[in-house]
Amino acid sequence: MSDMAVESTAPAELPRAKTDWLPLLLVPALGLLALPFVGSPSTWVTLTVAGLAMGMMIFLMASGLTLVFGLMDIINFGHGVFISLGAYATLLVLGPLAGWALEDSIGLNLALLGLCILVAMGVTALAGAVFERVIVRPVYGSHLKQILVTMGGLIVTEQLIHAIWGASPIPIPLPQSLRGAFVFGDIVMERYRVVAVVIGLTVFIGMQLLLNRTRIGLLIRAGVENPEMVEALGYRIRRLFVSVFIAGSALAGLGGVMWAFYRQTLTAGMGMEVMVLVFIVIIIGGLGSVGGCFVGSILVALVANYVGFIEPKLALISNILVMALVLIWRPQGLFPVARR
Amino acid sequence: MSSSPALPLAFDETRRHGGLLSGLLSSDLPRSRALSFILLAIFVLLAATPFLFSGSQPVGTAAKICVFIVLVASYDLLLGYSGIVSFAHTMFFGIGGYGIAIALERVGPTWSSAAIGLAAALALSAVLAIAIGLLSLRVRAIFFSMITLAVASAAAVLASQLSDITGGEDGLSFQLPPALRPAFRLFSEQVLGITVNGRLLAYYLVFFVSLVVFLLLLRIVNSPFGRVLQAIRENEFRAEALGYRVVAYRTAASVISALAATIAGALMALWLRYNGPDTTLSFSIMIDILLMVVIGGMGTMYGAVIGAAVFVLAQSYLQVLMGAGSAALAGIPLLPNLIHPDRWLLWLGALFIISVYAFPGGIVGRLRQGKA
Repeated sequence: MSDMAVESTAPAELPRAKTDWLPLLLVPALGLLALPFVGSPSTWVTLTVAGLAMGMMIFLMASGLTLVFGLMDIINFGHGVFISLGAYATLLVLGPLAGWALEDSIGLNLALLGLCILVAMGVTALAGAVFERVIVRPVYGSHLKQILVTMGGLIVTEQLIHAIWGASPIPIPLPQSLRGAFVFGDIVMERYRVVAVVIGLTVFIGMQLLLNRTRIGLLIRAGVENPEMVEALGYRIRRLFVSVFIAGSALAGLGGVMWAFYRQTLTAGMGMEVMVLVFIVIIIGGLGSVGGCFVGSILVALVANYVGFIEPKLALISNILVMALVLIWRPQGLFPVARR
Repeated sequence: MSSSPALPLAFDETRRHGGLLSGLLSSDLPRSRALSFILLAIFVLLAATPFLFSGSQPVGTAAKICVFIVLVASYDLLLGYSGIVSFAHTMFFGIGGYGIAIALERVGPTWSSAAIGLAAALALSAVLAIAIGLLSLRVRAIFFSMITLAVASAAAVLASQLSDITGGEDGLSFQLPPALRPAFRLFSEQVLGITVNGRLLAYYLVFFVSLVVFLLLLRIVNSPFGRVLQAIRENEFRAEALGYRVVAYRTAASVISALAATIAGALMALWLRYNGPDTTLSFSIMIDILLMVVIGGMGTMYGAVIGAAVFVLAQSYLQVLMGAGSAALAGIPLLPNLIHPDRWLLWLGALFIISVYAFPGGIVGRLRQGKA
């Protein structure tokens, strides 16, 4: 997160947009607040790392949705099906290369994970392109129809997954060397969660760099602010829209792979189950804000973990409580996106 | 939100005034001969099911259709007339079911405990609907959709976890008041060849309450209040400028719709003598409701009748047809999978998408156009 602030040394001709620090401080504040309730510091570290990893996975699944909404003003209730599709796409790799998962070699295992991610992103990108063309394009501009039609797309695609891969849950093995945990004294960190943190951070930093340091990112941000003006300047905003939709679907596919290996079972409904969390996260973050989505994911996951440890019964509705509190504080989410 | 479904506002010159039927239907007549015929056929069939068919399955299907007509009509008040997409409708359905189930199971199988349960459920639904409405309806319509989705899923989780109260995943089975039990006889002789037992009374209780609630909803959407809702749906900004408090109207609509859904849930529980997460709370029921409203016809109320009837019948009988088709195509790759009996939702989903694009008025809109 620090990379957003260090840039002020450059000789700025225009005043830089001020970074909104308050929501960022919320995460460490929450951690410190939880410490006395949790009691032992080592448990606290374990919970925090686990929460961070969970947050990263949620972020991977949610980032595409919030990006698509921010740029295209399209709310895709069918986003969850790309998560499921990405998860099922791992079967295309795990089928022929099942042996790689059993080898106890970190290189081969990570290569397998990488390959799964690549294939899944390819499949979901393709599906996203089709989905955009067939389902979403006719209803630009009407939220009501978007919600209905993308729900319809969700139903149909879920059923297609059933038709292709069968309706019963499919177990998938976590590669050998990613099982188990690193143990430092009393602190336990599951290996897979560490991998998830690394991948999540990489994607987040990559997205920030792409959005803030490249020409295409500039266009996307400009498109979020004022699409007509970007179009008037001679850029094909439609092409930009479609590529962002495809990228968003691919990100959901990536999230789906991570989520699938975490759950180690595939069901067609797994995407829709996690969508509730995804919606909560993007509402908390501010619809359309990638940074907000990142902070929101971590916040929700950490709260769920702490509350689950301190008062398990309350954990079931902790997400809703966090959302209600945030909305009371900032009705448009942590980082409200301009224009909306 | 200016481009909501292209539905004609229900003003038209053919409205007649006076007349008992017209009064009962709040002057909102079907306005199509085919539609009138279908509605009449559904009404007669539902009213006479216990006398026309033997066995418990047809009556069960009919009772389910009655309950879903109320549920879907109340959802239509939100979606079709107010242009709000809520995913918490099953939550209110579930509250109604649990209200009856918990009261009858804990307090005892009497009418007064059923009344207490229903009253408590209605109160809880109203409070929740107001809270959700005031929190989220003042922002943007999509916020409302997402927040209702989150709240509904939290409610489903709560219901399955608080097993001391709700019976958890297993749900609650309970005894009905004596007059509704199968062993009860209203007359000692048979009437029209049918024993008038408690089960029959239970069916007619479901039937008549559904009918009354449906007519009430029809009355509401055709009242000045309903007209304002449609105005807000068409142009929120202009309605606000005319001095209507949009948030208040929308919240009121969501409360009325929630109350009707609660009644539907109570009827469902009474009929099944059971309530659990799968019968009233699950997200798949929410999807079913969406399909029924859109396929039947948004913003028409009668669409709820047709949508519910078509959908429940398809659920019960389409699968048989698809099973036959699937068996006939055995040997061809993938195709038999696509028309496997379990994939019936695939085809209804496709029909749903086509409906949203091609005929926003659903079946009812189609029939009315055909007449004009």
